This record gives sequence, C-alpha cells and structure tokens, in this order.
Amino acid sequence: MSANSLSTGYLVLSAMLFALGAFGLMRRRNTLVMLMCIELMLNAVNLTFVTFGRMLNDITGQVIVFFVLVVAAAEVVVGLGLIVAIARRRPGATADDIRVLRG
Amino acid sequence: MDINVESVTFWICALIVLGGAFGVIWSRNPVHSALSLVATLFGVAVLFLNLNAQLLAAVQVIVYTGAIVVLILFVLMLLGVDRDEDVEVEPLVGQRTFAAVAAMAIFVILFGVFVIGGTRIVTGTPNCVSGDVVVTGSPYEPGCDPVNPQLATVTDSPNINQVGRVIFTDFAFAFEITAGLLTIAVVGAVVLARRPKDLEPLPEPAPLSYENVNDIEETA
Repeated sequence: MSANSLSTGYLVLSAMLFALGAFGLMRRRNTLVMLMCIELMLNAVNLTFVTFGRMLNDITGQVIVFFVLVVAAAEVVVGLGLIVAIARRRPGATADDIRVLRG
Repeated sequence: MDINVESVTFWICALIVLGGAFGVIWSRNPVHSALSLVATLFGVAVLFLNLNAQLLAAVQVIVYTGAIVVLILFVLMLLGVDRDEDVEVEPLVGQRTFAAVAAMAIFVILFGVFVIGGTRIVTGTPNCVSGDVVVTGSPYEPGCDPVNPQLATVTDSPNINQVGRVIFTDFAFAFEITAGLLTIAVVGAVVLARRPKDLEPLPEPAPLSYENVNDIEETA
C-alpha cells in the first residue's frame, strides 16, 4: 500500500468514526451515551486535522486540536451539569424527558 | 501493497477504533459504552503517534481517557443510571431508520470526497519548497523541504517545542480566549449543579424586638 493511500486511509477512518458518532447521537436516547457519541465525532475531526497537518507539513493542524480539546472539555462539563440537574428532578431521564426544562 | 510498521499499526488501530465506536453505540449498558470509548480514544492516541504527533498522543490519553471518560463514569455512577436501556421501545416512530439513513449519507459523502479527491482535497499552500502535498508513509521522514522550518512536522527539535512555540506566538490570543471559555464552563456547571432548594428565597428574618436591639448594642 503506498503512502498516499495510507493518508487516504486515515481520512476514511475518520469519516467512518464521524458517521458512527452521528448515528449513535441520533439513535440513542440515554443522554450520557449521546455525550460519548459527540466525543467520537470530535475525535474523528481531530484525526482529520492531524492528518491534514501531516500532508501539508504544517504543525498548525496539531495546534488546532488543542483548541478542540478545550471545547470538548467545556462541552462535557456543561453537558454533565445539565444531566445532573435533569436527573435530580426526574431519575432515569432520557433525552425525551428534557422537555421538563420547558417553562 | 507495502507491509511496513506504519501500515500494520494503522490497520490494527483502525480495528480497535471502529470496534470501540461500535461498542459505544450498541452497548445496552452505558458503563460498557464508556469502556468502549476508552478503547477508541486509545486507538486514536496511537494513530497520533503514527502521524508524528507525540504531544497530542500524550494529551489524548491524559485529558480524554484520564479526565473526560472518568468524569462521565463518575456521573454515571453518581446518578445510578447504569441500567440497561430498553432498546425495543421506539417512542419516535422511524427514528432508527432515519438515523441509519442520515449516518450512511454522511459517510458516503465524506468517503466520496476523500477517495475521489485524493490529495487534492487539502486546500491551502503546503509548507514545502516543491509546493506538493507530503505523501510519505513514515512518521520520521520529513517528506519534503519545508519553506518555514518552524512549522515543519518532522524536524530535529521535539514536537512539544514546536507546538508550544506556535501556541504562544501565532495563537496567543486564541489561547487566552480558551482560558475564558473554560472559566465560563466551570461557572456554568456550578450554577447548573446547584441543588434546587438553594434557589428558594430565604425565609423572612424574625423582626428585632427592643430587648434584642439592646443585646446587640451591649455585645457590640
């Protein structure tokens, strides 16, 4: 396998990871599993960034991943806070029960 | 088809990554999903090593596997929602079909772009004297002569030096903004996770009687 197609291999792998994360996000109703699927999609994007950085011989692709990491951490913190707040009102809540947030 | 260290590592890690992703989606128990997520994140970390991004591989293991997954598992245990989800119930009719179709559409579009486009999908100017995209398979070969050696992915200086230099020069402002983002997220989490009884107004304080006022003045 030539090196060129290995670069394409990384990109196809990240496309599959992104699609699997999107599928899980739309299919599952457990809010924590939905958060994990968002993490999968973010990791797919990170892998794409690093691959593109390697193809362009540019370290900036790796620097962008740091900012994605920070956004992922902030997203998980706020998401878990929301889940805790909902689960306190209604234990065993799924994504359908988020409508209790309505006024 | 070349059999070298990089391609073998890639295929093994690709299997681990995809197996973990399937585990996240299809595990009924959320704890099993979280553990499958660990496998996926480790696989991506090894792929980062394979792409000569050593610092990112370490950060991936420490931040994602060490902090984020542990945080998710902690909330899972705290809330006691580690029960099996009833996957037979489908409150929203056609949700799974729609999810499968949409995910397949996403994959087919991305796959088509990546395979048909080849190396042409990388827009921007490559950091190469020749102006061509790097296609080397080995993580330790430079691949081309860099125009700007400080931005090259493979040099004699360590990966962490290069990433640090770029973060604290070109991206210094963005770096400061991320500090503000993290602070806002922490404050938001504290506000969200506060107990509802704290939100109730405090009861009216008892009115001070004349004797009490004297007591306060004497003690003061």
